[in-house]
Amino acid sequence: MAAAGAAATDLEVVRGKRAALFFAAVAIVLGLPLWWKTTETYRASLPYSQISGLNALQLRLMVPVTVVFTRESVPLDDQEKLPFTVVHEREIPLKYKMKIKCRFQKAYRRALDYEEEALSSGSAQEAEAMLDEPQEQAEGSLTVYVISEHSSLLPQDMMSYIGPKRTAVVRGIMHREAFNIIGRRIIQVAQAMSLTEDVLAAALADHLPEDKWSAEKRRPLKSSLGYEITFSLLNPDPKSHDVHWDIEGAVRRYVQPFLNALSAAGNFSVDSQILYYAMLGVNPRFDSASSSYYLDMHNLPHVINPVESRLGSSAASLYPVLNFLLYVPELAHSPLYIQDKDGAPVATNAFHSPRWGGIMVYNVDSKAYNASALPVRVEVDMVRVMEVFLAQLRLLFGIAQPQVPPKCLLSGPKSEGLTTWELDRLLWARSVENLATATTTLTSLAQLLGKISNIVIKDNVASEVYRAVAAIQKSAEELASGHLASAFVASQEAVTSSECAFFDPSLLHLLYFPDDQKFAIYIPLFLPMAVPILLSLVKIFLETRKSWKKPEKTD
Amino acid sequence: MAAAMPLALFVLQLLGPGGWCLAEPQRDSLREELVITPLPSGDVAATFQFRTRWDSELQREGVSHYRLFPKALGQLISKYSLRELHLSFTQGFWRTRYWGPPFLQAPSGAELWVWFQDTVTNVDKSWKELSNVLSGIFCASLNFIDSTNTVTPTASFKPLGLANDTDHYFLRYAVLPREVVCTENLTPWKKLLPCSSKAGLSVLLKADRLFHTSYHSQAVHIRPVCRNARCTSISWELRQTLSVVFDAFITGQGKKDWSLFRMFSRTLTEPCPLASESRVYVDITNYNQDNETLEVNPPPTTTYQDVILGTRKTYAIYDLLDTATINNSRNLNIQLKWKRPAENGYIHYQPAQDRLQPHLLEMLIQLPANSVTKVSIQFERALLKWTEYTPDPNHGFYVSPSVLSALVPSMVAAKPVDWEESPLFNSLFPVSDGSNYFVRLYTEPLLVNLPTPDFSMPYNVICLTCTVVAVCYGSFYNLLTRTFHIEEPRTGGLAKRLANLIRRIRGVPLL
Repeated sequence: MAAAGAAATDLEVVRGKRAALFFAAVAIVLGLPLWWKTTETYRASLPYSQISGLNALQLRLMVPVTVVFTRESVPLDDQEKLPFTVVHEREIPLKYKMKIKCRFQKAYRRALDYEEEALSSGSAQEAEAMLDEPQEQAEGSLTVYVISEHSSLLPQDMMSYIGPKRTAVVRGIMHREAFNIIGRRIIQVAQAMSLTEDVLAAALADHLPEDKWSAEKRRPLKSSLGYEITFSLLNPDPKSHDVHWDIEGAVRRYVQPFLNALSAAGNFSVDSQILYYAMLGVNPRFDSASSSYYLDMHNLPHVINPVESRLGSSAASLYPVLNFLLYVPELAHSPLYIQDKDGAPVATNAFHSPRWGGIMVYNVDSKAYNASALPVRVEVDMVRVMEVFLAQLRLLFGIAQPQVPPKCLLSGPKSEGLTTWELDRLLWARSVENLATATTTLTSLAQLLGKISNIVIKDNVASEVYRAVAAIQKSAEELASGHLASAFVASQEAVTSSECAFFDPSLLHLLYFPDDQKFAIYIPLFLPMAVPILLSLVKIFLETRKSWKKPEKTD
Repeated sequence: MAAAMPLALFVLQLLGPGGWCLAEPQRDSLREELVITPLPSGDVAATFQFRTRWDSELQREGVSHYRLFPKALGQLISKYSLRELHLSFTQGFWRTRYWGPPFLQAPSGAELWVWFQDTVTNVDKSWKELSNVLSGIFCASLNFIDSTNTVTPTASFKPLGLANDTDHYFLRYAVLPREVVCTENLTPWKKLLPCSSKAGLSVLLKADRLFHTSYHSQAVHIRPVCRNARCTSISWELRQTLSVVFDAFITGQGKKDWSLFRMFSRTLTEPCPLASESRVYVDITNYNQDNETLEVNPPPTTTYQDVILGTRKTYAIYDLLDTATINNSRNLNIQLKWKRPAENGYIHYQPAQDRLQPHLLEMLIQLPANSVTKVSIQFERALLKWTEYTPDPNHGFYVSPSVLSALVPSMVAAKPVDWEESPLFNSLFPVSDGSNYFVRLYTEPLLVNLPTPDFSMPYNVICLTCTVVAVCYGSFYNLLTRTFHIEEPRTGGLAKRLANLIRRIRGVPLL
């Protein structure tokens, strides 16, 4: 009876153990995954390793240079060796994690007949015109013509000439080391026309550690898909001045050709507006000697803010806006001049603000007041105004003066105010800048996602990231093979995709869900459920161990 | 930010010297107008309208040159291919019963309705983007407009301007009734005006006065209109309107007189030099049946009569562009006085202060015979602080009864009695003569149900659910995992052990 009772009890004990184990198993096998699945944040997989690989990306910027030798430019036996190709590679030392190497791939060949003919003409411009016709050069490539030492194409004291298109002319030499000497000159010219450290440093200004030139280098606008240019005429005193400006004609005549030449670098839209009763934020200082008013240089930063609120900029697009303000000072503050650091009036009476735009003060001719009653009709001299604004526009787009090698003749710009190689240089710089921006964006996105585990990564964000990575790689390849146009397009795509991923609103949805609140919700349910399971598991474990040890004892 | 940079000027080979297109007629014009209407209730309504007309076909031109038309809105028209845009922000409600019909109607909150051009392919996307941009321009929460509160009416919202066809697919309408209108909406609205708020009628737009009103409604209407009589081409019209109703009665201590300065705390000083028309209209129609007359000061030069909203109205006109209007006194402060003051009633109102003092409203009224007079007071139900609720908040809160004290004419003329001698029940209230007797009536107290919140609902729910689950689970778990067996009844227990302990001490055999 007792034995049977004990057996029954044992059976019960075993059944109890099994039930406890089963509970634990269900909780672990079914409960935990269910809880995990229902509360997890969806995260699509991202190419983390590729993104971290981008930081160590080596950019090789290849500039294809075609070097054309005319007769008598180099010794005859040297000419025998033509055609052949020389690669000149150089690392650009920048304090940036990306290694940037610059390759000039010089393909040497002999001049064709029509080129000989063109280069034997009287002046560089004529030769330019004749060479221009037959072939269209690819973006980013250069052609350097080597002419004979005594050619009259260039003035005698000049060694080289840089044309408005993608061509340059270098004087040859009759020497045993002719190729080497000419090669060096060609590199000098080619660097001036395409890539120099300055250009790249300006492009990467945001990503480089601060140095003393950084303010200067941060002047140009950041690279973007498009730009909005707004010309505003500020007339703070419409009671005294009835100002008219022929902005439509001026834009058509001066601004549009320049922007057409620049169109490869982005979309441009131009607007103009007239703002009345728009004051500058500072009171100018009166100078009794000249009975005129002055704006000191240290006051200029305060000028912009009050005006800015009325400019109404970028209401309808996300592109950066360049503002050009023409300020006609009110009668009480006329004439108004801007002073530079030394207190001398600035010749153009204008200043610019980096990445923002330019302001020009336009004084009304004092003779006008005597003639007629108020308001005085003022016709703005648009040539004078546009000269200043276009010069500022060039600065703000980062089209700086090239560093011309010694004894080099620089042709004047074309009528648009922009040479073709300047545009190429801008595209090189913008491509590198875009790549750096996209890389930084992707890296910070990856870091952010690694740091905050609550962020949801949707499939569309992931696909944008993949697209951006692919575009960066493609752009780098295209740069290395010298296809500037497609490299620039790919780099723009990289920036667009990476920013699209970074600023996707879905990233923010679950961001704020702190752990303490989570536990406040979980604990009242989980604690009473987990404690019995854990206790019985511990008990089972102890008993099992005891029963294992027992047989040992009996041995 | 700015750095003075002596510019290295390029010698730009500019194309030609550039000739002038001389003396082109202005292609845009501005008209501004203020209508002041004394309302039947004693309040005063002021309605501003600023109309900018631009003879330009915005969509066609690549480069746009703005003069009077604001660039921000012009860009919207061309970017989103708008045909019409109507946006209004309103605080308060126009009480037609007391104020008569309004010139401009608008619902409370924000209302936006837009007709798109028929070239727009994805109307919903443009609508979403447009509402986002507008919310940025006007600092309003228009970005909350989405498909849940957007409708496409088919009958009611026809285009107000020039329109060839009205395919309702291109119409979108949304209202945000919760939108609170305040200064941050007014400032961007003012910035769209060519004269900003520096000259002309817009100097009166001072935010702290405009929002101390019973009703405030500001709106922007953009529509295409005919450029000329034959309608060969279109112009764009932007109307910025603003209506306010000043509660002149309360702020004016019961008098219905008003002046520009008292309403706006500004006066008109100079016309906007850009406006081709700048006028103030004052409604001087004698709408009351009794012979009250009103007087405006300074006397208007001209008046204007027309049938407006079904009634004949007379308006006094002040033209700001007319130099005589302002030059006399350097500023223009239009005043309106009622010749005969209104009823010799008396109203004393002392508004409540939260947790300090209650409302007090006293009115001395002379009632005509055989009439019914109703006095009603609106109140809002508000939530109290949670410690202020009584132990049984669902019972309601009492509002003390109102009091009516009256001298009622006596039916029978009583002879004056000696006050000391008369019975006590008749002599609490002194009566001056025998023809009247004094009555004081009290109304019932009002029991108001205030909303009572449940203070701890979410955690109660969580705790309750978890407890129920845990209890069920625990007993279930115990039932399944515990082993039950019958325990042999053990004699004694603690008592036995204690007894044995004592026995051991005593040296007696244990139990």
